Amino acid sequence: MKYARIEVRDKKGIYDAVAENLKTDIRDINIKNIKEIEYVQVYTLEGDFSKKELTLMAKEVLTDKVSQESNTSGGFSHARSKNVHVIEIAYNPGVMDPVSESAMKAARDMGIKSIEKGATSKKYVISGNLTSLQIKNITDKLLYNKIVQHVTDPNEKEKHLSSYSFKRVEVDLANATERKLAKISKEGQLYLNLTEMKGIQKYFRKLKRNPTDCELETIAQTWSEHCKHKTMMGSISYNKKLYRNLLKETVMKVTKDLKKDWCVSVFKDNAGIIKFDAKNNICFKVETHNHPSALEPYGGAETGIGGVIRDPMGTGLGAKPIINTDIFCFGHPDMKVSEVPKGALHPKRVLKGVVSGVRDYGNKMGIPTVNGAVCFDERYIGNPLVFCGNVGILPAKFSFKKVSPGDLIVVVGGRTGRDGIHGATFSSAELTKDSETVSSTAVQIGNPITEKKVLDTLLVARDLGLYDSITDCGAGGLSSAVGEMGEETGADVDLDKAPLKYKGLTPWEIWISEAQERMVLAVKPKKLRKLMKIFDSEDVEATVIGTFTNTKKLRLYYKGNICSDLDMSFIHGGLPKITRKAVWKPKKQDKKALPVKNKNLANDLVKVLSTWNVCSKEWIIRQYDHEVQGGSVLKPLIGEDNDGPADASVTRPILNGSKGIVLSNGISPGYGDIDPYWMAASAIDEALRQIVAVGGDVSKVALLDNFCWGNTDKPDQLGGLVRASQACYDMAKVYGTPFISGKDSLNNEFNTGKGTVSIPPTLLISAIGVVKNVRKTITSDVKTPGSKLYILGKTFQELGASQYFTVKGKNGGAVPKVNPEKSLKLMKKVASCIQKGLITSAHDCSEGGLGTCLSEMLFSGGFGAKVTLKNVPKEPMIKRDDVLLFSESNSRFIVEVPAEKSKIFEKEMKGLPKGLLGEVVKGKELCITGLNGKSIIRIHINILKKNWKKPFKRLMHEES
Amino acid sequence: MKKVRTLILRTGGTNCDKETAHAFEISGSGADLVHINTLIRNKSMLDKYHILAIPGGFTYGDDIASGKILANELKFNLKQPLTRFISKGKLVIGICNGFQVLVKMGFLPNIENKKSIDVESTLSLNDSGKFIDKWVYLKKSLESKCCWTKTLPEVVYLPIAHAEGKFIPKNKKVLKFLNDNKQIVFRYTDRLGKDEEKGFNPNGSVDHIAGICDHTGRILGMMPHPERHVSYLQHPNWRRRKKSDKELGIGLEIFKNGVEYMRNKL
Repeated sequence: MKYARIEVRDKKGIYDAVAENLKTDIRDINIKNIKEIEYVQVYTLEGDFSKKELTLMAKEVLTDKVSQESNTSGGFSHARSKNVHVIEIAYNPGVMDPVSESAMKAARDMGIKSIEKGATSKKYVISGNLTSLQIKNITDKLLYNKIVQHVTDPNEKEKHLSSYSFKRVEVDLANATERKLAKISKEGQLYLNLTEMKGIQKYFRKLKRNPTDCELETIAQTWSEHCKHKTMMGSISYNKKLYRNLLKETVMKVTKDLKKDWCVSVFKDNAGIIKFDAKNNICFKVETHNHPSALEPYGGAETGIGGVIRDPMGTGLGAKPIINTDIFCFGHPDMKVSEVPKGALHPKRVLKGVVSGVRDYGNKMGIPTVNGAVCFDERYIGNPLVFCGNVGILPAKFSFKKVSPGDLIVVVGGRTGRDGIHGATFSSAELTKDSETVSSTAVQIGNPITEKKVLDTLLVARDLGLYDSITDCGAGGLSSAVGEMGEETGADVDLDKAPLKYKGLTPWEIWISEAQERMVLAVKPKKLRKLMKIFDSEDVEATVIGTFTNTKKLRLYYKGNICSDLDMSFIHGGLPKITRKAVWKPKKQDKKALPVKNKNLANDLVKVLSTWNVCSKEWIIRQYDHEVQGGSVLKPLIGEDNDGPADASVTRPILNGSKGIVLSNGISPGYGDIDPYWMAASAIDEALRQIVAVGGDVSKVALLDNFCWGNTDKPDQLGGLVRASQACYDMAKVYGTPFISGKDSLNNEFNTGKGTVSIPPTLLISAIGVVKNVRKTITSDVKTPGSKLYILGKTFQELGASQYFTVKGKNGGAVPKVNPEKSLKLMKKVASCIQKGLITSAHDCSEGGLGTCLSEMLFSGGFGAKVTLKNVPKEPMIKRDDVLLFSESNSRFIVEVPAEKSKIFEKEMKGLPKGLLGEVVKGKELCITGLNGKSIIRIHINILKKNWKKPFKRLMHEES
Repeated sequence: MKKVRTLILRTGGTNCDKETAHAFEISGSGADLVHINTLIRNKSMLDKYHILAIPGGFTYGDDIASGKILANELKFNLKQPLTRFISKGKLVIGICNGFQVLVKMGFLPNIENKKSIDVESTLSLNDSGKFIDKWVYLKKSLESKCCWTKTLPEVVYLPIAHAEGKFIPKNKKVLKFLNDNKQIVFRYTDRLGKDEEKGFNPNGSVDHIAGICDHTGRILGMMPHPERHVSYLQHPNWRRRKKSDKELGIGLEIFKNGVEYMRNKL
């Protein structure tokens, strides 16, 4: 056996973007004395190859002849000096290393069969007069993440994994005291509470035996908050009212009550399905990957998007993913490095890592990311939120699935490894400064190309009818996937048949590993050969690991030894019911609270535009491919220079068709501090406003809920959750917008060591609708000088948690409320006016209020405007211009109406709250006069735009 | 009339295959998506086709370097059938990842009609160090010998979406040859085609090069995606454009030129 080390670096004179970006990042952490950085890609090969083969490999495959040079004899030499620091980063054993897998493929393509193993690492040669502490800071903060990587030690010996031989392990529950039960749960990272542990004890006492490790793990995965949603599906006493199942009595009840015939499959499958056209349905799912992203932003976000893409792939008999949407909540990315609590990563590092993870996975899967949002609050520092969503399209006839006894269990795609163990249960834990050591196996690195290959072949097999059912391996791994598919039938699984990445896994590790890129199919034995041939033809691994039975039992074997024998009815129905207590104390809202008024409102407008929440997110958006598949007809960046903010996105999934999918998200975490009820109502109204603003039709919109909360064992946290759920019912009922799928992530807290920080209660509402003709959709950039601008909807003095108050450092104020009946009426009218061509641009008035909304429309369109606030429909108590400009009242739009159509438009709007703001002008100045007729703002739109773009430009050092 | 047939090559990580096929189909060609494993098993099937398209994507994850592994696979498994295909006067187009593949095989720019094809240029990481999705203006080189661009106007608007699109010729000689030989097809430019705006070159490409052809003019490689602008609805600002501009997307012209060229040879 030989080992070889191949080093590759850029030739002198070639601009090294990796090294240059690293230099900037190092300056960011206040280390200024870097002279030079050299970046070296390292490949380590193992096998019986000849010198000639090694050279061929290095020259032909690993090195770019034009821009790079390589060294195959131990590595490049570097000046030995105390000012030259060499740091090499490699993956931890067992972590996915996609590049080395591809390098091995390239070797095989050249006829080199002798390379048995490959690994990659990255070497940085940093020159500069640096202290060892500075080197440590650069290494820890920028070069690697110990969750998945390590700094190599030249003297390190290769660790060999030993193989596993079966040993039945039982956990003594029969004689365990309560204290012992709690200990077993905690030490095994099961995150089961005492009542649940006692329920399990009782079950096994009846069977007169102890559970095996495998059985206990299976139950813990299935009963985890992540998989079972036991809080939201559990019973809650609130305000003298008893909810037996909060979700079923609120969010899911709306859908039942509304009985929309275009809802095909709701809350059953991996994603909710609605009708698209006569032949096709679409499905939509959004979920979070918060805890993994807190520890390893890149891998966490990557596997978050990778996981949610598998949801549509595993919906019905499999859908083709066509749209991604991503919503993030971070701490402020410009916070001082010294203020970041121990155990948490700097928000800028989290942001960059999360964006890169979503970018690399989404782009490589060939799915356009067309819509998203980013929110900032200091309480997200230790516990960021990463919501990833995916829409799929599938022929209507493939919308349902059914497992039959006798079907074979086939696992397709990636191999099983030790990555992602305890991900499902870990999501129930509070994050602490120690999480990175305790739960490191919960985080993984993905390989999008494996998933893309699965997708390509799967759709062929689906169209040929080669399988009966499918689901993805997500949280809980095979345990969840096979457990759910076999719930009605029963299943026998031979765990030793599962293909492994490396040897040494115990049966329970194989069973619950959350290794990525795997799907599970139920296949009729007679169709197996044909199915396997399809996978094989494109190098996709597929393996039979068991059979669905009619025993209603889950039996797991390892080389013939039984390691689990559980009743499906206990796994899925045995969870003891607990009634949780919820309380809610309303906060006093002082509607009259206002900051001292600034004479120069232009300054305030500029400040609001450059808050983190409002400012341009172009730096993020451009890193996502939003054009792939060719369907994007309303893109995330719009206007004359393609840099304005769009409302909903519009996608035309069938390239010669007219029908489109409209997609939007509503999220307003700040309001939840005042009242989660109105936060939820605002999020729904916002999502729908965005759909309406582009020309969508509210009567064909479905919603998704994603609740992210703190620890709901605390009654006041749970009280907020109940209120938000109730708002979902109340609003959606009136709007006629059913919920079709959802998810919750509770226990989003971070313990800094000094105390627990809970995230603000956060509800993401994602909306999806169908439009008949994409040609009739519109964007928010103003189009023509001379046309009229109207504000629609009434403004109230609702500035609580507004961007204006944030800028002014003002607390208090009232939260924006929603009157869904009135709002719906207005939305319907706006939609019909857009269809009639009376409105040429429309923009949703949300964060930052009227002032922000108007500015965005103008600087996107490249024209100024003459505007008065006199005609703005308002409640009588409003006497100040700043309130009109910055109040964040819901259910409002600003629209542009061609001058010649303004009369018809006004007639159409009769009886609805509308006010003529003024008109678009040819110049580039925005002039606003206030309630008393005097000029309050005169500002060039380019200054507005520049300030709106400034925060990210400054953060990423891209200011010109 | 005989129909022009296009083979769209795909493998793990190809992801613009369907929209590329759509572009060829509406240009009047038949288009088949063929996996590389199928082609390697049945090498002669390439002879049935008139056009080979290598579409965009991230073949094999762009691991090691973009397009590198597919280039290697083609070079070691399909070099002869491909050379035969080209020598018969047929057409090849590589878009984005496909361009990267052709460059890394040495099929582009292939400045002289040499027996042994060698790598003369590369496409490497953008100066920004990251992936970028953006609509860009391209200036067509009017004297270019490329048969794919004959009917295009001088300034063309198409989207780019790549992380490794910075074109670097091996040396000054190669660059001079490309210019002298009329092999430069597209350069990044501003909206007027005058190169006056700052920052119009999105990736740091040498000489602002966005697309090149081989010495015959029949192999075209380009970073921008013409298949993403075959309908006016794909234009980012179709709502702001004059009614008369609301026709087919300008990218379609490229496919039509290719199909038309082959149809005349049938």
